[in-house]
Amino acid sequence: MNKNESYEEFIKGIWRDNPVFVQVLGMCPMLAVTNSAVNAIAMGMATLFVLVGSSFLVSSFRNLIPKQVRISCFIIIIATFVTIADYTLLALVPKVHKELGAFIPLIVANCLILGRQEAFASRYPTRLAVLDALGMASGFMLALFSLGSVREILGDGALFGVKLFGENYEPWVIMILPPGGFLTLGVILLFFNWFKFKKDEFLEDVAAAERSGN
Amino acid sequence: MDNLLWIFISALLVNNFVLTYFLGLCPFLGVSNSLETSARLGLATTFVMLVTAVCAWILNTYVLIHAPYLRLICFIVVIASTVQFIEMLIKKLSPALFRAMGIFLPLITTNCAILGLAIFATNRGYGFWEGIVYALGAGIGFTLALVLLAGLREESELSNIPQLIKGTAMNLIIAGILSMAFMGFAGLFSTA
Amino acid sequence: MNTDSRKESTSPSSLRLVLTLAIAGLVSGIAIIGIYESTLPTITANKARELREAVFKVLPGVTQMQPLVYRDSQLVVVEKANKDEPVIYGGYDAQGDFVGYAMPAAGPGFQDTIAILYGYKPEEQIVVGMEVLESRETPGLGDKIYKDAAFVGGFSALSVQPEIVAVKKGTKSLPNEIDAITGATISSKAVVRIINEAHIAWVEQLPAPGSEPPFVLAEPAGNGAGQ
Repeated sequence: MNKNESYEEFIKGIWRDNPVFVQVLGMCPMLAVTNSAVNAIAMGMATLFVLVGSSFLVSSFRNLIPKQVRISCFIIIIATFVTIADYTLLALVPKVHKELGAFIPLIVANCLILGRQEAFASRYPTRLAVLDALGMASGFMLALFSLGSVREILGDGALFGVKLFGENYEPWVIMILPPGGFLTLGVILLFFNWFKFKKDEFLEDVAAAERSGN
Repeated sequence: MDNLLWIFISALLVNNFVLTYFLGLCPFLGVSNSLETSARLGLATTFVMLVTAVCAWILNTYVLIHAPYLRLICFIVVIASTVQFIEMLIKKLSPALFRAMGIFLPLITTNCAILGLAIFATNRGYGFWEGIVYALGAGIGFTLALVLLAGLREESELSNIPQLIKGTAMNLIIAGILSMAFMGFAGLFSTA
Repeated sequence: MNTDSRKESTSPSSLRLVLTLAIAGLVSGIAIIGIYESTLPTITANKARELREAVFKVLPGVTQMQPLVYRDSQLVVVEKANKDEPVIYGGYDAQGDFVGYAMPAAGPGFQDTIAILYGYKPEEQIVVGMEVLESRETPGLGDKIYKDAAFVGGFSALSVQPEIVAVKKGTKSLPNEIDAITGATISSKAVVRIINEAHIAWVEQLPAPGSEPPFVLAEPAGNGAGQ
C-alpha cells in the first residue's frame, strides 16, 4: 500500500467522484439544510462522523458479516452512529440541533453512506476504507458549504451570520427558501457540465493535434 | 391539535414533501423520466407511508415510551419489512407490474420521504387518524410532484435542449420552478 | 432489498445469520443506551432552562415558576404532567407571590404551525408578553412576528376583553387592539387568533383572581416540566 494509493483514495471523493456534484447522491439533506453556512457545516460534520465510523466498523468486520444479511448489518451500524450523533448534538449545541431538526435522523436514509459501505468499505481493508470515507465526507461537506454559503449570501446578505452588505441590500429571499435550493444546485451542476464539456473539448483538440503529426 | 383537513392539505400542497421539504429526491430525479413508472411508484410509496404511519403510531404509543432512543432503528426495521412485504405481494398478484418496477421497489426503503414521515409525525405528536391523514397527504403530494416532473420531462424530450443543461441540471431547475409554484399554496387556509 | 445473486461457496447456516444480526443488534443497543444515559442530564437541563427563560421573558418580574394542570375540576401543581395533558406555568416573584400564567399555545400560521408562549395576568385580564417558540413563516416577511420588536412589544399590556384584535399598523386605539405587521398581516393575525383561542380554552379552568395555587415546588422540576 504505497502513499500515492492512499492519497488517491482520499482525494477522489473531493473532486473527481464528488458525492453530490458527480455521483448525485445524498440529495435530500443537501438541499434542506443548506439555507445557511453554519447549518451546512454542522450537517457535514455529522455526516462525516457517521460515514467514517460506519466505514471503519464495516471494513473491520467485513469478513465476519455474511453476505445475506450485510445490508441489514450496515443499516444497524449506520443507525447506531446516527443516533449517537443526534443525542450528542442535542446535548452540546441545542440551537444547531433545532435548526437541522428531523434531518439528523434522516442521515440514515442518505444513499451516500449505505452506498459507500456496499461499494467500498465492505470490500477493502480498514485503512483504505477510512480514507475513502474521509474523502467522500469532505467532498460532501465541500458541496454543502458551497451551496449553503451561496444561498446565505444571496438570500440573507450574510455569511455565518455576519452581515456582508450594507443596510440597503435587499435580500433575494427566494434563495433561502426551497426553490432556491433546487435552483442553486441546478446552476452549480450546470457549471460542472460546462467545465467537463470544455475539458473534453480541450482533450479532443490535443488528440487531433497529435494525430495530424504535430 | 391541528385539524385533519389542514394536516392533509398542508402535506399535499402547502408543505409538499418533495418540493418544500426536499424528501424523496432520489426517486424524484431518478425515476421521473416515465409518467407511468412515476405514477406506480407514487402509489406504492403512498401505501408504504400509510402502513408506516400506523406502525409508527403503535410503536410510539406502546413501545417507545420506555425506550425513545430505539425509535430510529425500529422505524427502519418497520419500513424495510413493509417494503419487503409489498414486494412479495406485488410479485404474487401481478408479475408484470413487478418486472416493470424492477429495482425501484426495494429502493423505496431508502426513500427519505417515508422515514421523514415517521419522524415528523412523531415530533408533532400526531395520533392515529392524524397520522393516516398525514400519510395520505404526503404520499399523494409525493406522487403529484413526481408525475408533474415526469410529464414535463417527457414533453421536453421532444424539444431542442442545449447539451450543457441536459440531465440533472435541467431537472433541478424545473424542480425549482415547480417549488416556486407550490409556494403559492401558502396561506390557503388563512382566515384573514 | 438484497438483489445480488445468492451464490455462495460455503453457505453460512441460518444460525450464523441470526447470530450475526443478534450480536449487531445487541452491541448497537448497548451503544445507543450508553449515549442516551450519558447525555440525558444535559438535555433535560437544557430543556428546562429554555422553558424558564421563555417563561421569564413573557412574565416580567417573575423569578420562579411551576407547572399547573387541570385535574378534578381545579388547577393543581404537578411535578410532571401526564403525556398529552395540557400544561400551563404559574409565574411567581422572589417572595413567592403569584404574578401571572405563562400559557403555551399553537395553531396554523401562514406557512405552517406557529407555537408561542404568552404571559397572562388574570386580575387585569391582560396579556403581558409573547414569545414565538416555533415558526416556519416566510423569512423577511412572516418571521417578523419574532424579529419585529415593535410587534412583540405590542403584547406587553394587551387586554383580552372581549378579544384581541389585530388592526392595520398605526391605527391602534383601544386596549385590546394591536398593530399588525405591514406585509405580514396573515402571520400577525394568526398569532392573535392563537392567543384568543387558547384563552377561550383555558379561561373557564382558571381559578378566581387571588386564589391561584401557591408556590410550593422547592426548586423548579428538574426532570423537565411535563414532557
